[in-house]
Amino acid sequence: MVLDGKTPTGPLAEQWTQHKFGLKLVNPANKRKYDIIVVGTGLAGASAAASLAELGYNVKAFCFQDSARRAHSIAAQGGINAAKNYQNDGDSVFRLFYDTVKGGDYRSREANVHRLAQVSVNIIDQAVAQGVPFAREYGGLLDNRSFGGAQVSRTFYARGQTGQQLLLGAYSAMSRQVASGKIKMYPRTEMLDVVTVDGEAKGIIVRNLLTGEIESHSAHAVVLATGGYGNVFFLSTNAMGCNATAAWRAHKKGAYFANPCFTQIHPTCIPVSGDYQSKLTLMSESLRNDGRVWVPKTKEDAQAVREGKLKANDIAEENRDYYLERKYPSFGNLVPRDVASRNAKAVCDEGRGVAETGLAVYLDFRDAIQRDGQDTISARYGNLFEMYEKITGDDPYQVPMMIYPAVHYTMGGLWVDYNLMTTIPGLYSIGECNFSDHGANRLGASALMQGLADGYFVIPYTIGDYLANQSYEKVPTTHEAFKAAEAEVKDRLNKIIGINGTQTVDQIHKKLGRVIWDKCGMSRTAEGLKEAREEVKKIKDEFWNDVKVLGTAEELNQTLEKASRVADFIELGALMIEDALDRKESCGGHFREEYQTPEGEALRDDENFSYVAAWEYQGPDMPEKLNKEDLVFENVKLTQRSYK
Amino acid sequence: MKVTLKVWRQKNANDKGHFESYEVNNANSHMSFLELMDVLNEQLEKEGKEPVHFDHDCREGICGSCAMYINGRPHGPQRGTTACQLHMRHFKDGETITVEPWRAKSFPVIKDLMTDRSAFDRIIQAGGFISVNTGSAPDANEIPVPKAIADEAFNAATCIGCGACVAACKNASAMLFTSAKISQLALLPQGQVERQKRAERMIAQMDTEGFGACTNTLACSAECPKEIDMANIARMNREFLTAKASSDAIEAS
Repeated sequence: MVLDGKTPTGPLAEQWTQHKFGLKLVNPANKRKYDIIVVGTGLAGASAAASLAELGYNVKAFCFQDSARRAHSIAAQGGINAAKNYQNDGDSVFRLFYDTVKGGDYRSREANVHRLAQVSVNIIDQAVAQGVPFAREYGGLLDNRSFGGAQVSRTFYARGQTGQQLLLGAYSAMSRQVASGKIKMYPRTEMLDVVTVDGEAKGIIVRNLLTGEIESHSAHAVVLATGGYGNVFFLSTNAMGCNATAAWRAHKKGAYFANPCFTQIHPTCIPVSGDYQSKLTLMSESLRNDGRVWVPKTKEDAQAVREGKLKANDIAEENRDYYLERKYPSFGNLVPRDVASRNAKAVCDEGRGVAETGLAVYLDFRDAIQRDGQDTISARYGNLFEMYEKITGDDPYQVPMMIYPAVHYTMGGLWVDYNLMTTIPGLYSIGECNFSDHGANRLGASALMQGLADGYFVIPYTIGDYLANQSYEKVPTTHEAFKAAEAEVKDRLNKIIGINGTQTVDQIHKKLGRVIWDKCGMSRTAEGLKEAREEVKKIKDEFWNDVKVLGTAEELNQTLEKASRVADFIELGALMIEDALDRKESCGGHFREEYQTPEGEALRDDENFSYVAAWEYQGPDMPEKLNKEDLVFENVKLTQRSYK
Repeated sequence: MKVTLKVWRQKNANDKGHFESYEVNNANSHMSFLELMDVLNEQLEKEGKEPVHFDHDCREGICGSCAMYINGRPHGPQRGTTACQLHMRHFKDGETITVEPWRAKSFPVIKDLMTDRSAFDRIIQAGGFISVNTGSAPDANEIPVPKAIADEAFNAATCIGCGACVAACKNASAMLFTSAKISQLALLPQGQVERQKRAERMIAQMDTEGFGACTNTLACSAECPKEIDMANIARMNREFLTAKASSDAIEAS
């Protein structure tokens, strides 16, 4: 099947305006006759739910947390990009577009990215009007900072808590609509399937997490805003509850899954300290503005550090290797995330890693403190230094921080067309849940931008085009499609409970994470991926024969919740491996060791792989079918990314 | 490191509940407190016993999900720290650690350490917003805000809605939570139009939910993991009085 991205034609800058004009409208009086389900209440879901309700649609919003305000967008630290050019430093919509396409290593759709850059400016206006307290200059106007992969200052921020402030803004807009009766909120409720009638999305099946009850909800359209799948790796910077279940169940009902192997490993996270570790914590990328990354020059010194015989501060200047500054003199410590992560792994693989585990590099503020004084550094990063000290017990003003890459974001996701509709008519996917804007690598401060762009400024327009052709009649939840889906969901949960094996859910999840991290993580080889394929098959067998989940499905059961998610992670992990095997090139976060330049950089193959890989589910234990959407670049020139 | 965990177990809202003690022998000083709970649960599951239920999600101290008294204090002994960011190096080897759910009438226990904090959502729904529809905002820099005011509003806005303030207060008052939002929006120029109604409605909802009054013990602010300032409560009281003194008259005219 040839995928139709419904990408508009004509000059790039006019496409979105023209396209909007071509979309069908729903008369204001008729909007109240349509029900829309929004799953997930992070930046994308909350902004979509609020905006759709403001337009007059009846919205049902679902989240698994106890409150919509707790979705994991809340934890985003650094900032949000927007092409405001308030700094007069040469930014423009086209430059933001260009940086994003280049940063994504030319594996995203031009039209989508340009629209993203265009609406970025409206997001800032909207957030400020809601009372989001962005950082300001003394004159009372908004402040900006620079971020990796860009040479202008276009990042708006609220100290190290930009995600929190933006999410609370969207949550407040949602709360207003809940009060007015236009949004019905379902917290502690997890979507377990999408219901299709004649191939179109007509509702969802959910589990009330407090009672275990399985419920059906019918609507005229369904929007998935359920985030990414980083928790396939077990250890990631995602929240414990982040999961891929809604997206994966939609995939099994006919929604194609695009570029699953495009995962982002963030270079500056606090290293793993032991087997009990439950998650990883990110330290904002902004630290690389002043921190210098290094490891000991020799393996001997590194080993002495690991054994506790040598301290970082006692290593003389000439015995330190500031490897990013050495290899990339022009970008230095500010190279994009994929490059920084890969280099950290490389020096650790050489045996020059520090910390007891050997899986860490230094991020040193000694020189910055000497140059600018401790007060200045504290004003910039005080809260991050404090957080680091809380977690590690080390004081980064005195000793260098230790960092190591960790899974942070997934660029892949449900395939969507320009209207953000999946291959199931009536089913939309927004935010990190879709694949559309970041190509093979996302730039810093662009996730918040995309989530809010989709929710505030794209879906409210595009969903009307679909609804305008729908009858007001809703499919009743007594319809056989709902009943069949309910039965399937119940069977599956009871099957998990019935296994009563010997391994805990976490034990199996950790095994999966280990395999994917080692073989489908920062660097990949055909050989390793083939091994991983077999290992994941084994893990799947172990899960379905040996997992132990106590209690019943008809009650509050946190272990069952986890188990049901892990079962989906295992299947998604298998697809990540297939996708990584298929893509015989290196690009962005996908680094195949076989395909690199003589200097060890990612080597793209534009002739053969300039496509979106959209995988189509074929049935249980069947290989998935690969569909390709060709990527056409008319406005940017494809070049080898260089940060030297 | 070895510790004994004395944990509140309660099957559901109707169950009376009781403490149970568990030994954890393979703790480690680098663990977070919630990772210790994970180790305990792993141990319980292997023994065929029901794991301890507790709310948790981001484990970075920002989502506000985790909520428990540790040794009698909301989020435990370390100042300005949520339970998920509290590490075992702050405890002694061999220590007995008591863990309980929030105790407040307006936060009924759901199971074990999980409570129902939806009252907080309803307080925000009563008025914790600025009524601006998507698309109708002016350019962001058309509304200058003095840096000091923006910073103060930001400080109030860092509340994570965990409920530690209510748990710390002998009256189970939600004034610190409610005042943080009222304060944030009252300080900013964007929040002026609805300022009086917001204060009246949010406070009315807070009372409806059954939270107690403030008697200025300052326990809420002392135990708040985000160290939200008591000054917000003073500001809220002022907002309330101003609203009461003038809004009815304006609405009637």
